[in-house]
Amino acid sequence: MNTAARPSACPACSAAPAAEDLAARAPQKNARIALSLPTIHCAGCITTVEKGLSAHPGVHSARVNLTLKRASVEADPDVTAEDLTGVLDRLGYEAHELDAGTLSATETDRAGRDLMMRLAVAGFASMNVMLLSIAVWSGAEGVTRDLFHWVSAAIALPAIAFSAQPFFRNAWAALSAGRLNMDVPISLAILLAVVTSLWETSLSGEHAYFDAAIALTFFLLAGRFLDHRTRAVARSAAEELAALEVPRALRVRDDGGTEQVAIAELAAGDLVLVRPGGRMPVDGEIVEGASELDRSLLTGETLPVRAQPGMAVSAGEVNLTGPLTVRATAVGEESSLHRMAELVAVAESGRSRYTSLADKAAKLYAPGVHILAALSFAGWLLWSGDLRISLNIAAAVLIITCPCALGLAVPAVTTAASGRLFRKGLLIKNATALERLAQVDTVVLDKTGTLTAGTPVLTNLDAHEGQDLGLALALAEGSAHPLSRALAEAARAAGVKPAPGIEALAEVPGHGTEARWQGRRVRLGRADWVGAETGVTTAAWLSIEGRDPVAFTFTDRLREGAEAAVDALRADGMRILLFSGDSAAPVRDLADRLGIAEWAAGMRPEDKAARVEALSAEGARVLMIGDGLNDTAALAAAHASISPASALDAARVASDIVLLGGNLEPVADAIAVARSATKRIHENFSLATIYNVIAVPIAVIGWATPLVAALAMSASSITVSLNALRLRGRS
Amino acid sequence: MNILAYLIPISVFLGAVGLAFFVYTVRSRQYDDPEGDARRILSDEYDDHPKP
Repeated sequence: MNTAARPSACPACSAAPAAEDLAARAPQKNARIALSLPTIHCAGCITTVEKGLSAHPGVHSARVNLTLKRASVEADPDVTAEDLTGVLDRLGYEAHELDAGTLSATETDRAGRDLMMRLAVAGFASMNVMLLSIAVWSGAEGVTRDLFHWVSAAIALPAIAFSAQPFFRNAWAALSAGRLNMDVPISLAILLAVVTSLWETSLSGEHAYFDAAIALTFFLLAGRFLDHRTRAVARSAAEELAALEVPRALRVRDDGGTEQVAIAELAAGDLVLVRPGGRMPVDGEIVEGASELDRSLLTGETLPVRAQPGMAVSAGEVNLTGPLTVRATAVGEESSLHRMAELVAVAESGRSRYTSLADKAAKLYAPGVHILAALSFAGWLLWSGDLRISLNIAAAVLIITCPCALGLAVPAVTTAASGRLFRKGLLIKNATALERLAQVDTVVLDKTGTLTAGTPVLTNLDAHEGQDLGLALALAEGSAHPLSRALAEAARAAGVKPAPGIEALAEVPGHGTEARWQGRRVRLGRADWVGAETGVTTAAWLSIEGRDPVAFTFTDRLREGAEAAVDALRADGMRILLFSGDSAAPVRDLADRLGIAEWAAGMRPEDKAARVEALSAEGARVLMIGDGLNDTAALAAAHASISPASALDAARVASDIVLLGGNLEPVADAIAVARSATKRIHENFSLATIYNVIAVPIAVIGWATPLVAALAMSASSITVSLNALRLRGRS
Repeated sequence: MNILAYLIPISVFLGAVGLAFFVYTVRSRQYDDPEGDARRILSDEYDDHPKP
């Protein structure tokens, strides 16, 4: 284990001290490598991984973060992530490189630590002030009471000045924009309580609300903190998904060699080599090589497209068989992947009109509280003519109406619900996603990559003779093409043996595999290559010289849990639609298999978005589930949206919820949890209202002592939090 | 009741010490990996040479 001096308990996560330390020791810039370790789970794993990484030459330090399932490594610049993933592979841990640039934002979670600090100060102050207040409530009198009040003020005032800043800032922002939000009554209650209490204390008065003011700050900050924490977890996980795609490309140098560069460094006109299995990093034109392209993420079509020199390719397409050299025509922001962002921005403007339940409550609550406090102030002033008493009553009303239950009502529930869904593999990215998901009544599904797993399976194994199968298997094993692999797998599983006597087996990129068998030429590949007519279904053709070619047809394998999810959604009474960019035959096939009555094929991205918008215009609340670039605009236009983790980055960014793991089944659960969460939020609002209905008259008639205020506030906050936790218990 | 003049400052001071300590733990990022730290303490690797 590396025992080099370390400045803090978690140096690898604290970039600053580690960097200083390293800067002192070594002038050259060290590489920081981040690795994702999805399978790490125990104390032993931490030790093994850290020891293994540190033992690798060039590694200065390695630190595992078990909470995030990540390792960060400081190493010499020549150590690459591939070396380290190799080391971990041998140790038995799956590891993926993470793009450190994308992750940097999470490492310095300033806002979270800032909130935690304010929460700690408010908690410390409220405990001390509460202790002093208990002495006052128990009957401290005269000089002692005044002393206790002054000590409370000395603790509470600086604490509030520091801790309540987020509320003051938000309230000021809202007021200067001419709006009212929840923070306005909160700030007013805190400020008025402090001012009247100071006045009371200076006149040796009986009631001071320092404890209420600081406790209010504490409870509300707890709500804010929960809210922030929930979103930070989701954001960090979403960032990790983005960071898994390290944007690198192989640039062809002038001397014919290749070098690995970041995609950002590519310029239009550069030659880029794309290996089989790789994704196109840029838009461009093929200058060399022959292959097939999988465009399913962009268009939804499952049939691979023939690629040859002169053809235009778009970023995001996957190269299947042969290496291709591409001349970049558009890079980065100009590429077709990024142009999609405009469509998304337009579609998203519609969704931002959604008002969250909390905002709706604030709209009713904020003016109500202000009017109530003002009325009781005016009433008491008219009746008694005493400004001091009237101000006291107004402060009591503002404190008793206790926005803290309202401030906790939503975050407590969303925290509980997000936590539960996270364990089921759903990442809630948007704050209001749960509320919107609960209202959904129509589900629009994408086919390729969403309902299907994107891997083909052979459908007509039984239709072929043993000899054909043996030949097909022998030829298929000579290629890494997805169809060949599916064919080989199915044939092997059926007990087929490769035909003997195969000679000169060779893969012809972009076409298929070819060999000689018993003096005849045999081919397995595309229809046009073997002289057959291209059909509508995905097929590989086997041709034996002198015979008609025979077709091996494939269908896309259903994603795990797809049937269960569709059935559960239908049982929930949802209207289900299937929109695909693929051709009609496979879409109809899938719709029949899943029992989906409404489907549409051959849809372009704009069509999908337009149909979703049309559905919304009819009053439907649409949940869009999709993964491809062609779904991005529709995802953004829908009322709520889900995309699988395998989706393109753009699609994940556009959707509210990301489905981790390959199973589609949790989608139905998600809607159930979302509905239950919304129900809890409504219950919490009702609970808070009931408290107010009981407590407000007490405050208005002037019976509210600081003790009553403290009791009402704590009781309602605790009830609301407990009610939120009930969500967790049910399955 | 004069004892209060001593006791109140003392109790507030002790509370402030706790707060300052908490602030230190936040600053040194001891809440970044709660799960890992909980497991690390079980490992006997740092028993002889504590990890600074």
